[in-house]
Amino acid sequence: MDSLSTFLDMGGYAAFVWPGYGLAAIGILGLLVTTLRTLRAREKEFAGVRRNRPLSQNVGPGDDA
Amino acid sequence: MSVFGAVLKRDLALAIRQSADSFTVLAFFAIAVVLFPLGVGPETNTLAKIAGGVLWVSALLAALLSLDRLFTVDFEDGTLDQLVLSGEPLVFVVLAKTAAHWLTTGLPLILLSPVLALTLHLPAEGYGALLTALLLGTPTVSLIGAVGAALVLGSRRGGVLLSFLVLPLYVPILIFGTLSVEAAILGVPVKATLALLGAMALFAAVLAPWAAAAALRQATE
Amino acid sequence: MHRFANPTTFMRIANAIFPWAAGLSAVLFLIGLPVALVTSPADYQQGDSVRLFYVHVPAAWISLMVYGMMAVSSAAFLIWRHPMASVSARALAPVGAIFTALALVTGSLWGRPMWGTYWVWDARLTSELLLLFIYLGYIAIADAFEDPERGDKAAAVLGVVGSVNLPIIHFSVEWWNTLHQPSIIKMTGFTVDGSILLPLFLMLGAFTSYTIAIWVLRLRSELLAVKLRNARMSEVSLAPSLNRGAAE
Repeated sequence: MDSLSTFLDMGGYAAFVWPGYGLAAIGILGLLVTTLRTLRAREKEFAGVRRNRPLSQNVGPGDDA
Repeated sequence: MSVFGAVLKRDLALAIRQSADSFTVLAFFAIAVVLFPLGVGPETNTLAKIAGGVLWVSALLAALLSLDRLFTVDFEDGTLDQLVLSGEPLVFVVLAKTAAHWLTTGLPLILLSPVLALTLHLPAEGYGALLTALLLGTPTVSLIGAVGAALVLGSRRGGVLLSFLVLPLYVPILIFGTLSVEAAILGVPVKATLALLGAMALFAAVLAPWAAAAALRQATE
Repeated sequence: MHRFANPTTFMRIANAIFPWAAGLSAVLFLIGLPVALVTSPADYQQGDSVRLFYVHVPAAWISLMVYGMMAVSSAAFLIWRHPMASVSARALAPVGAIFTALALVTGSLWGRPMWGTYWVWDARLTSELLLLFIYLGYIAIADAFEDPERGDKAAAVLGVVGSVNLPIIHFSVEWWNTLHQPSIIKMTGFTVDGSILLPLFLMLGAFTSYTIAIWVLRLRSELLAVKLRNARMSEVSLAPSLNRGAAE
């Protein structure tokens, strides 16, 4: 318990170290989450487009080639 | 090179006919400078200290305002399309238009700056450096600005976007321009910073027209 | 319009790299974070605030690396007109902007206890701030046209112009800084202790592999966006009468 509180205290720099790491985590994870979300949404939309117009060759059948 | 002469002549003639444009830029420059004493306070020492920086920042902003129109008129009335299709080297067209821009805004700004420096109590030692630095720096302002102006042609938010793109690129000019004035006031040699301004002008004169020409070609495609 | 129809060699390579980059990043974060936060010793001068370096330095590195990648993509796009290059640049810009912002924030959080203030016009922070503006300008222009292809082209020119300008900006800020702030901030006395190297390199590796992985994900995403746009356009061209009706 004691070692945990000294860890959290960061030698008195807690107010700077933790926000720094926290914001970095938000930035890094946030970028990952938004990237994955847009990717999934576009994949879904694209799958829909291909299903509706299966004959069109220029829509981009490339992924599985 | 004949394109250069033709475009330069035409743009200068246009600028003379619409001289109100140049005067508006000058008026903006004057007002921007005047705002600083009103904001910072009229204390002589403070003003003398910031004079170089204030003049440079205001000159950059004033030049920027006029850049917005550098290509737009030609772009909208189709002259630009003709110039691109004519097969004439676009680099010279850009150089000519930039030269015309500098002659009609950069040069008047330089001529007005000593008067405004007076109101800011710029120490006497600073005037020579201020004028030389402006003379060496403002062509680069026009050249880099031409690239920005060509890039934003036909965009949704031209003017604001142009400032946003170009101002960070002006930082070196601002720094060395202001440092030249400060060095002169302190009695330190100003050769180094002035030489750097000159080098940047040459560098920009070689590269910027090329980039602006590429952007113009994109805009007319 | 048909240029995107075939999978490019580029995408094949990128997809092959992806699992390695993602895996490496996860492993390095898992090892690196405990080392950075727990097992590495506090600096004898800076105390535990040195731990901010282990995110600040990698973030600053990524901000430059991504700009480098973006500049190469932009140049490749202008030279070879390869559409993949503009997709790459588009995918990179927000990543660079985020890491630049992170470098600024962690730098200023480190500065507060060290310099006694959140913001100092230190040469590196100032350059980083200007880099952020350039990233934002790039994102703004790529997105400022009705025709996204024109945005790609304009952004590519700006990317190249920016890459020529950045060293000059950095040099001028450096010069300006030495004249204006001779002694306050100089990091003298900051001797690089061996103990900071291990966490630093672990985190540098983690950030770099993360960036590569996220780049591939965003490449896929941007490529799909282009394909979707093309699909929509071809739909419009297949129904000209409908289109004409709408225009009137």
